[in-house]
Formats: sequence, C-alpha cells, structure tokens
Amino acid sequence: MLEVRGLSKAFGGLKAVDDATLDVRQGEIVALIGPNGAGKTTLFAAIAGFHTPDAGRVTLEGHDITGLAPHRICAAGMVRTFQITQPFAKIDVRENVMVGAWLRTGERAEAMRRAEAVARQVGMGDQLDQLGADLTVAGRKRLELARALATGPKLLLLDEVMAGLNPTEIAEIVDVIRAIRDSGVTILLIEHVMQAVTSLAEQVYVLNQGRMISHGTPAEIAADPAVVEAYLGHGAAARLARGAAHA
Amino acid sequence: MPDLPIILAGVINGLLAGGIYVLVAVGLTLIYGVLHIINFAHGSLLMLAMYAVFFLFKPPVGIDPYLALPIVTGGAFIFGYLVYRWLIGRFNHGRDENILLITLGLSIVIDNAALMFFTGDIQTIDVPYAGRMVELGAAFLPVPKIISFFAALLLCGALGLYMARSDTGKAIRALAKERQGARLVGIDVDKLFAVSYGIGIACLGAAACLLMPTFYVSPTSGHAFVLIAFTTVVLGGMGSFAGAAVGGFIIGITESLGGLLLGEQLGQIGISLIFILILLLRPSGLFGGKG
Amino acid sequence: MSRGTLALCAAGLLAAILYPLVVRGLAGAGVGVSANYLINVGMLVFFVAFIGQSWNIAGGFAGQTSFGHVVFFGTGAYCSTILHVTHGWNPWLAWPVATAAGALVGWAIGALAFRAGLKGSYFALITLAFAEVFRILANSVEFTRGGLGMLIKADQRPENFQFRDPMWIYYLALALCVVSLAIAWQLTRGRFGARLVAIRENEDAARALGIDVYTEKVKVLALSGAMCAAGGTFYAQKYLYIDPSIAFGVDKSVEMLLVSMVGGAGTVFGPLVGSLVLTAINEGTRSLASVVPALKNVQPLSLIVYGAMLILIVARLPDGLMGLFGRRKSGKRHDA
Repeated sequence: MLEVRGLSKAFGGLKAVDDATLDVRQGEIVALIGPNGAGKTTLFAAIAGFHTPDAGRVTLEGHDITGLAPHRICAAGMVRTFQITQPFAKIDVRENVMVGAWLRTGERAEAMRRAEAVARQVGMGDQLDQLGADLTVAGRKRLELARALATGPKLLLLDEVMAGLNPTEIAEIVDVIRAIRDSGVTILLIEHVMQAVTSLAEQVYVLNQGRMISHGTPAEIAADPAVVEAYLGHGAAARLARGAAHA
Repeated sequence: MPDLPIILAGVINGLLAGGIYVLVAVGLTLIYGVLHIINFAHGSLLMLAMYAVFFLFKPPVGIDPYLALPIVTGGAFIFGYLVYRWLIGRFNHGRDENILLITLGLSIVIDNAALMFFTGDIQTIDVPYAGRMVELGAAFLPVPKIISFFAALLLCGALGLYMARSDTGKAIRALAKERQGARLVGIDVDKLFAVSYGIGIACLGAAACLLMPTFYVSPTSGHAFVLIAFTTVVLGGMGSFAGAAVGGFIIGITESLGGLLLGEQLGQIGISLIFILILLLRPSGLFGGKG
Repeated sequence: MSRGTLALCAAGLLAAILYPLVVRGLAGAGVGVSANYLINVGMLVFFVAFIGQSWNIAGGFAGQTSFGHVVFFGTGAYCSTILHVTHGWNPWLAWPVATAAGALVGWAIGALAFRAGLKGSYFALITLAFAEVFRILANSVEFTRGGLGMLIKADQRPENFQFRDPMWIYYLALALCVVSLAIAWQLTRGRFGARLVAIRENEDAARALGIDVYTEKVKVLALSGAMCAAGGTFYAQKYLYIDPSIAFGVDKSVEMLLVSMVGGAGTVFGPLVGSLVLTAINEGTRSLASVVPALKNVQPLSLIVYGAMLILIVARLPDGLMGLFGRRKSGKRHDA
C-alpha cells in the first residue's frame, strides 16, 4: 500500500534520513522504532509531505506522492499525527475533530455526525465539549488520533501516540489502535520504546542515525544484535549475551 | 534626470539623514534581537522624546538640545525600562502578535495623549546655529545635520562597544542567543529584557536630541519614522547591528534620491517598496544568514 | 443558534429598525435631542461594525492580523468614485465593481504575502506597507486628483446613491451590518470557517488534516477585501469626499482592528459590540467637551481610552468583551 524507496533528507550538512526503504501492506500495523534522534519524525514528515525529500520515492497505492503538499497527501488517504500534540486550543473537541471530518463532506450535520462517531471510537465521547486547551496529555493524544481518523484515511501515520502516557492509558490506546485497524485502516506508527509495539505491530522497522538497520517481525527484531546495539550502545549485545551465559 | 553633482548632493544628504535612521533602527533591532518582539510604539516613543527635547529647550528651562542629550537619553532609558516592566513583559503571554498589539495600543495612547496635551500644532526649536552651512561640492550641508550624523555614528559605535565588552552587554547577547541557557546560569532574564528595551528606547532619546535642531515635532511625527525604522531593520536583517547601520544609510539615500528623482510625493514610495520587496523576497534581510 | 440567542437577535434587529422612528418621535415630542444627529450616530455604529467585521473575518477568524486593512477600504472608495465622477457611472453600478476590486487587491496581497510565508507580525507590517504604497500613489497620480482628493457632486436622489433623509443611509448601513453578521455567522457553521479557525489555531495541524492553508488564506483575504471595499464606496457616497489620507490613512486600519479586538476577535458579534462601545466613548467625550469648555481639547481622550482598552484586552480578555458573555460555557451551540 505504502512504498518508500531510498528516501533521503538532509538539513544543512546533516543527513537526518539516509536511503530509507520501507513497505506497509494493506491492513497491517507496522511500527517504525529507533533511539532518540534516529530520524523517525523526519522520515514521517518527508513521507507525509511536510519535508520535500532530497532523494527517493514515496508511492501510495501505486500513485507517486513524493513531494506532494501535505493537504494533497491527506486527500489521497494518508494522514499523520504529531508527536508534540497540536490541538486547536480555542475550540472544543467536537470542533477539533470536525476539522478533519470536513475533508470528506461539505454538510455540517454530516461532519458533526462523523466527528462524534470518531470521537466515540477513540473514547472521547464524553469530552466533546471540552476545549482543546483543557485536555490532559492522554486526551491530546486521543484528539490527534480522532482528528486524523475523521479525515477518512486509508493509512494512518501515528507519531509516538503512547509517549508520555501511563501503563493504563497505553493499554487503552493500544486497544483503540487495534480497533481502528480492524475497521479497515492501515497503520504505520513511530515509537521510541520497543515494548510498546511488540504486542501491536506485525512488522517492525528500525531506524538508527538516519539509516534503516533492521526489519522483521517483533521477535526477529528483538533478537537482532544490531538493534540492541543501536539502543544500548556499542558492544551492548555482546555484553548482554555474556550476561545471559553467566546467569 | 538631474545632473551628477545634484545627485551626489542628494546622496550626501541621504547619508546624513541615514545617520539618524541608524540610531533609531539600532534601538529597534536591539529590541527585536534580544526580545524577539516588534516594537510598534517605536515611532511614538521617538515623538515623545522629541517633545521632551522641545520642552527642555523652551523657557523656563532653556537647555540646548545637544546638551540635553544625556538627560533625554537617560530619561528615555528609564521610561523604556518601566514600560517593559509594567506593560510588555507582564502581558504578552508569549505570543508575538500580542506584543505587536500591546505596542500598537501603547502608540495609540501616546499619540493621542500628545494630541490632547500638546495640540496638533507643529513645533520647532530655534537654535542659533540652525542656519549654518558647509559647502561640499554642489551640496550645502547644514551644520546641525553634520553634527548629528557624526554624533549618531559615535553613539552607535559606543553602544556596539558596550554590547561587546561590558558584562551587561555580554549577558544581553547571551540572552539573545540562548534564552533557556541564560536562565539556567542565573541571569535575571526579566530584568535584562527590561534593560534591553530601555537601551533601545534610550537610542530614541539620543536620536530625538540630534533631530530637533533641524526637524519639527507634532503628535504624528512618529508615524514618519515607524516605516523607516522597520524598513531599515528588515533591510539589514532583523536583530543585526551592522545590518541596521548599512540599512539606515541605504534608506537615507533612497529617500533623498527618491525625492529628487520622483518628486516630493511619489519619492516616499521607495521606502515602502523596499520594505515589501525585502519581506517578500528575502525576509532574512540583505545581510542576514538564515531565514 | 439557540432559541434565546435567536430571540435576542430578533429583538436587537427590531430595535435597530425602530430606532430612527423613536428618536424622531422623541424630538417631535419636544425632548431636547437632534434626531438627525442621533440617526447619524447610529449609522456610524453599523458602518464601523461592518468594516470592522471585514477585518474580523481575516484577522479574527483566520488569525491573519492586518495593520493595513484600509488598503481595501481606499481601493473601494477610489474605484467607485473614479468610475462615478470621472467616467459618469451610476454609483450603484460602480459599487459591485469596487467590491470586486477590493477582492482582487485582497487576493493579490494575499497571494504575495502568503506565498512568501509571511505570518504574524510580518504579515501585519507588510499590509501596513501596502497601504502606505497605495496612499502615496493616490497622492501622486493624476487620475485620483492627488492630494486634492475627489469631490462627489451633491445630487441627493436615491437612484444616485445619495439620500436627503439620513434615515435611509442609516438603514443601508444597518443592512450592510446585518449581511456582514450573516457572513460571520455562516463562518461559525460551515466548512470554510472551520478551516480558517484551524489555520489560526495551528497551521501545521491544519495542513496535516487536508487543508490547503495557502489557498484558504488567500480566499479569506479576498473576501475580507471585498467587504471592506464595499464599505469604502459607502463611505465615499455618504461623505461625498475622499482624499488619500482618509482613504488609505492609518486611522481607519486601526479603527477596524480596534473594534474587532475590543469587541472580540473571531466572534460574530465582536465588531458590533466594539463599534457600539467605541461610539459610546466617542460621544461621551464629545459631550464632555461641549459641557466643560476647559476640556475642549478632550477629543483624543476617546482614542486614549481605546488604546488602553486594546492593551487590557490583549492582557486579560483574549476574547474581547464578548468573552465576558462566556460563550464557551456549554455545548448548547451545537444544535445542528
């Protein structure tokens, strides 16, 4: 469904993303993980049209969307959320979500119906009248999700929706994400923490220092020494293996 | 097309006027560079300082504008410091449009208060040396303009030196670069913001003293300088001292030649057009690095 | 709209319609008021509310704070006056053309400024500079008669867009105001308005949600410019004289911004409330000056009060006076 081929993006002299390739198939939940500063958000932004890639190609359902403006990519059926949540502060949850819903309808009643349905789907049914500014961190994360979902996407790009949440809230949002997938929306999500995605994702890509260093099922990734090194530093895999042998 | 000597005279006149613009713009750019705010009240505060010079010159006080420079400059610093402490620093909620609106409100209050208390009449001061001229090629240059030109440059140089060498200056520059860092190393950020604003306004006090021997003041005098000052600052790149200096001279010459070539009315258009073109094509300014 | 709000609007409209008749009745009954003067004051309230609303649509709803909105006002005023005076057009016919000219200027300035990515203070300042360019041009070129200004020959016939009875120009101003309120109200309910608010609150998020930020911003400036230009023609036909500093001067820009900000930027009734308050303060200082001769210089006081109010609003009441009504208290507004 989504194909990213050899995508690169540099800022000044620094290569934030270097020759990244990934595939997302219809109906999957795919995770993109990596340590802080690995370039995950930059890769996301380049896929979603917020940065124009220096090289590489992005295709969505066979259509080349490389370098298209974000609103066109959204209209084509791929929408992103932000790691640093960006609620419309001075309007309430219903109106926030309606902004997304207006993409597919010009009718107020229909936009509202849709927004309320989506809000309920992410568990914000009883917060419809709350202002964007008054939401908790968990509420803001859900709002990001709801607004994006209201645009009627085929593919949802979620940037660290679990960061900053407590274990209960994470469990809840994992259920929500699964339900969204079951309703027919494909999902690509960024997470910093690996545990969070092992139970959720079918495929995992690992980005480190701008390069894709590994990909496979969560189990394969967890066993990949290159991934462990990326997270814990050089030589960590060997140390861990020794530690396991001694124990 | 006028002759070359006349154009040269125009350039020289423009340079002389530019000296004052530099001083006005350096204040504005300092405020922008450190506080990241656009001070829309800049023109009105200049007008207020010009009235201060006017009233100091009139009986019963009778102080020569050049001698009044330390008084007016110091007064302007204190005024600016307090305005920041009581008004701008307290109420902006961290949004730059809010600061723009607060300084707009401030300028409305100041302009109309001036209109109410000083009436709309144009006021001038009569210094004995006002009419003295120096001949330079085809140009007759009024002595007060020459004095104000060099004084303005001297003051800008002194301010530059102060910013580069003094502890306060260094702290202000550190603050301009790295707000959080400055806070962490224990700099009293709010006080320093107010000091920066005060210095920016103090530049206006000095400019007012240098302007008054050859200029007039009325409650709308500030308006003429608002766009000039903003243009100078964006021309040089927001927050850049050297840029403001070069910008001031370019604006002075543009204004002078514009008047010469296009006539009194249409000649004023050059400054606004430069402002628009710079913002549209090169918002970082002619000399600015990054956008 | 809830039933209470609707009733309030209907009552307000009825009062506005009856107002000229009531003041005439009072004057006829010997109460010491000048009916025409009061009708004129009422006309100003609605006219300023109308041009204030034009600012509010771009500055309040879409968050594109302009310091030079007068550029559209002057465009409208000059466009219709030139067509009327120089080319002999009927002013009613010139009015839509002037309105379209305002839209065109709004579109052009928006296209230039937003293409260059200007936001916030920079957008505000470039609009100011555009207004200044227009003012200088109007001052310098032949077809606007330069600094002399343009005089419209008095010929008080309704078909000539001039009215002998001030009551009719009052009703025209009221009609403009009602239209502008309807436009603003539609913005609070429709897709376009929702997109503008999203852009105001967060451009990146708006972009991610499929909004073409650039196009919507250009569109709103064109709409706002059209309305403001329509106000310019109205002004020219009411006062029968315009010159560069009236038509393109800073004062009108500030007035539009002030009534919106003080009344409540981004609210439907903000500009009307702001205009009412501004006029009340104006008339208050005016009568103060006429009662106390020592205060004959007191006229600027109203603007001093207004400048102070602007600071206070920014500092304490971001939703303006409308914020006092607690418009965000409940979900009652959401009956579709």
